[in-house]
Formats: sequence, C-alpha cells, structure tokens
Amino acid sequence: MEIKREPLSDFRVRQLQARDMLRGDLEPEELERYAEEAVMTTTVDRAVAWARGNSFFPLTFGLACCAIEMISLVGMRTDIARFGWEAFRATPRQADLIILSGRVSIKMAPVIRRIYDQMLEPKWAISMGACCSSMGVFNNYSLVPADKFMPIDVHVPGCPPRPEALIHGILRLRDMVQGHAPDGWRERYDAVGTEEVLPEADTETAAINVYQPGDTAGA
Amino acid sequence: MTLSEDYRRREESVTLSAESPSEGETHELLTLNIGPHHPATHGVLRLLATLEGEIVRDVKPIVGYVHTGIEKTAEDKAYWKVIPVVERMDYLAYYFNAMAFCGAVETLLGIEVPPRAQYLRVIHLELNRIMSHLVWLGTSALDLGAVSMLWYSFRERESVLDLFEMSSGQRMHTRYIQVGGVIEDIPRGFADRVKQFCKEMTRRADQYADLLEQNQILIERLRDTGKVDKDELLALGVTGPLLRAAGVPWDLRKAQPYSSYDHFDFQIPVGTIGDNYDRFRVRHAEFYESTKIIEQALEGLPEGPFITPDRKVALPPRHELATSMEALIHHFKLVTEGFRVPPGEAYYPIEGPRGELGCFVRADGSAKPARVHMRDPSFTNLQAFPSMVRGGYIADLIATVAMLDPILGGIDR
Repeated sequence: MEIKREPLSDFRVRQLQARDMLRGDLEPEELERYAEEAVMTTTVDRAVAWARGNSFFPLTFGLACCAIEMISLVGMRTDIARFGWEAFRATPRQADLIILSGRVSIKMAPVIRRIYDQMLEPKWAISMGACCSSMGVFNNYSLVPADKFMPIDVHVPGCPPRPEALIHGILRLRDMVQGHAPDGWRERYDAVGTEEVLPEADTETAAINVYQPGDTAGA
Repeated sequence: MTLSEDYRRREESVTLSAESPSEGETHELLTLNIGPHHPATHGVLRLLATLEGEIVRDVKPIVGYVHTGIEKTAEDKAYWKVIPVVERMDYLAYYFNAMAFCGAVETLLGIEVPPRAQYLRVIHLELNRIMSHLVWLGTSALDLGAVSMLWYSFRERESVLDLFEMSSGQRMHTRYIQVGGVIEDIPRGFADRVKQFCKEMTRRADQYADLLEQNQILIERLRDTGKVDKDELLALGVTGPLLRAAGVPWDLRKAQPYSSYDHFDFQIPVGTIGDNYDRFRVRHAEFYESTKIIEQALEGLPEGPFITPDRKVALPPRHELATSMEALIHHFKLVTEGFRVPPGEAYYPIEGPRGELGCFVRADGSAKPARVHMRDPSFTNLQAFPSMVRGGYIADLIATVAMLDPILGGIDR
C-alpha cells in the first residue's frame, strides 16, 4: 500500500531547518541572546546606529587616482545609493565620513586634518588605496600615510581599489557603526594626550578657541 | 619670497576699475580662496582669486598639494619598473604616460617596435583618450549643473575599463605598454568587443550632443567665456584641445606621427574663437575621431609579434624557460637588474588627451635612468588660466576650470 505524505508547508520547513542548524551549537547564554534578538528588543541606540549606518553623508573629497574610482561608485554599476550613502556633501560640516581617495602629500596633510577636525562627531574615515594607507608604490619623501595624522576606521587596499572593494570597505564600516563602536573617535581609539583644549583655558567658556589671539598659523 | 608676500604683491598691483560702482555697492577688492579642497577644482588645486564685486580681476593658481615625487622615485628604479610609477602621474591618461616613457627609452635603445605592437598601442591609447574625455565630460557637466551627465558618461567609462581589464587585468594603471611593445597580445574576443564599443560610442556621443548642445543654460555659460586668442595661447605654450579650440590645428599625431598614426585617416577638430564652448565642442568631436582611429586600427591589425624579439629588453616567453638555458639567463638578468641603456638623452612627445605629453629621459649607461622628466600638458595649460578668467565673472571661473580639464596628479607629479 502506498503511503501518501502531505508536502511540508514552507514555514514548517524553515522552522525545521533553523532547529537543525542550532542543534548542539548554542550554549545557554547564546541561546538567551538569540532569543533576545529574535524578539527584537531594539533599543533607541540600536535603532539610531542602524539608521546611521545606512545613511552616511560622505564628503566630496578627491585627492588622486582613487577619486575617479570613488566617483564611479555613484555610477550605475556600483550604485552606492543602494546603501543610502549617495548624498555626497561638499562641506565637512554636513559630512560624517571622509574617504581619503589618493595620495596624501606632506603639503596636503594639514589641510586634511583641518577638514577632519571640522567634521562633526560622530565621524568616520576610510583610507582608500595603498597610497594613503602605506604610501603605496611611491614610498618616498613627499608622502605621508594617513594614520600618522588622523584616525582611520577602514583601510581599503588596492592601487586603485576597484569600486567593489570600496563597497566592501563601506560595508565593513557599516557593520562597525551598527555594532557597538563608540561614537567619538577619541573613545574609539583611546586617543588621550592630544586634546586641543589648552590647560590654562577658561573652563567657564562653553566654546574654547584652540588658537591663541593673534595666532594666524593655519588660518 | 613667501607665498603670501608674493600674493600680496600681486594683489597690490591690481587696481580698481575706472567706472564707478553702481548704487549701494562698495568699491573694494576681495580676496577669495578656492580650494585646495573644493569639488569644482577637479582635484586639489588652490586658486587665490582677487574679486571686485563679482568680477575676477586676478587669480593665482597654487599647486603642489599632490606632489608625489614620482620623477625622483623613477631615478631609483630599473627602467621597466619605472613604468607603473609614471603611469600614476596623469591618472586619467595612464596609457599615455607609459607610452611617452617607453617611447623615450626605445629611442635611447634604438629598438624597433613591431607593427602589431604599434597598432595595439594605438587602440589602447585612443580608448584611453575616450575614457579621459568621458571623465572630463561627466565632471564638467556636473560643475555646470547638468548632474545626470555624470551617470551617462561614467556608464561608457565602465565599458572602456572593461576592455582594459580584458586586455591587461586592471581597470586603471594597467601597465600594458612595455618597453619594446606591449606586455601581452589581446585576448580572443577583444577585437569584437572593441568594435561593438566603437559603434555604441558614436551613438552615445550623439546622445551627449543632444543632451548638452540643446541646453540653453549650458550654452549661455560656455559661449564667449574664458576666451583667449591663439597668439597668447601659443606664447604660453598651451597645447591640446585648448589650443585647437582657438583654431590652431596642432596635433602631434599629425604633426609628428608616432606609433603608426600616419596609417590612419582621421581629422583634427578645431574651434574658431577659443572660448569655453569651442573647448567643449573640440573634445566632444574627438570622441568620433578616436573611434574612427580604433576601427581602422582593428581593421588593419597586422599579424606578428606583439613585443620586440630582442631578448635583452623583453622577457622571454614563459614556455622557453623550461627548455632554454639562455632564456633563463635573460629572464634572470631582466628581473633582477633590468636592461642597461646606453648613455644619452631623449625627449619623446606624444599627443595626450590634454595636449603635448613629453617624456625626457637621460641615461647614464646603468640600468636605472639618471633623470626622468615629464612635460605634462595640464601644468603648462594652467599657465593660461589667469588670462582666461581675468575680467570675467566668478561663475565663469568655475566653468573655465571645468573646460581647462586640469589633472592635478599630472601637474604636481
């Protein structure tokens, strides 16, 4: 006699698959966390981090060869708008991500640092390409790696990196932002001792001018 | 003299215009600093502009923000290891940089480049010229407010980069051109895809014309702005599309043919008065001429070797290494030391996308060049920039930078 079997419903199949996958893998604490995630206990912080990671405002800032590949990121093939990162801003005060695309010369480094300081927290930085990560093929007197003068969150290797590689870097940064990385770059990298607040500065004042009166250097 | 002293001196030499200002306006000069980080300067160019109201009275370009020391680095590398470094100078014309350097070294070595290699070089050079003009078109139109143009031109740029990737494995800085020829023969199917691209490109160039040349805003912003006559351009050493836009049919591909350019039938687009509109039209017309050259080069692509058979210069084929001791020795010598070049000097100019791109190489008989210097067209063309914008509006300055098409990697090197 032929035994007829009811075809399993779609939901039931997924349930069984999930149970198979988890069988023996989860310790009690992990199971606890899984349950917590499964019931979506989304705190406000996590919601903000999720939104932030999906809506970056990169700075329109090109240095050299990599800048052309960065521009092609907004093109059709590797459409950066899929990740909500397409709103490039021309002023550092509206941007929260700087993509260093190209080689950083010693003459340009103070300018870049100034632009980075002008960006509002939370701010992030991607070093795109070999040149600004490690001086690349040149490695000579005129270049400086970006890590020497500012905190870099993601390094993307390549000379220049393909747009896909930059997207990979961007996704890594999104994971970092949506994870539990602290917002301020000083907390992220334990940057103590380089604060721009002068010790004898008036603590009553809300905004502290880091430049002394009459000091026009860098202005 | 420091930068600011020099600038102050120049600023003091600017006098206010004779006519009195209109009501409610003050009559004074304003110094405006544009860049080095400004999206409209096409790189890290810094412009110190002296304005009277909205009129630009003087401008001083300040360069050096992407100085990379490439020429100095080249002195420390064997000849064939210099190629990847010089390619990164003008980063939109990497085939041209490699071609100028390899041409200079070949002149010093006195080696003959096989005809197939010359044709393959021409195909890639012209594809590169199209690519460079596409980036110029997209970014310039973006500066002038035609934002959607960027998407169209970068779509075609991706097609060109696919072809580059097919023949060399890299999108940018391909190191395809080698001393004595090219590094590899083109793969199967490449010729068909290039032909298909050429057909597509002519159609697309028509579309660009429809989009932009019917656009009243673009025409108003380009016509009669940034006008410089040809005598002044020649005196300043300007070459390329900027000079041709002023009506001088000077193109090294015709004037001093290299790499078999005399085999092909093509025209040199020239303008009439040398304003921004002519510059735009000349570059746009070069899309068609470049596709014509590529089609002819594919049609008449000769058979034969793709690199010189001289084993002292070119690497032996991989399969010979297993059987021939001599090939192994040549391979070892080339990879470790490189080839030696007899003492002498050579200057090899070619027509880059922005003008005369020349490479000067001095050899001292060793395996490393004693001096490598590039005459980069962007640098020389930038000298004409103050004469282009003086007396015009500040908004026209942005349009003029866009039509100047400077590549700062080439300017600063």
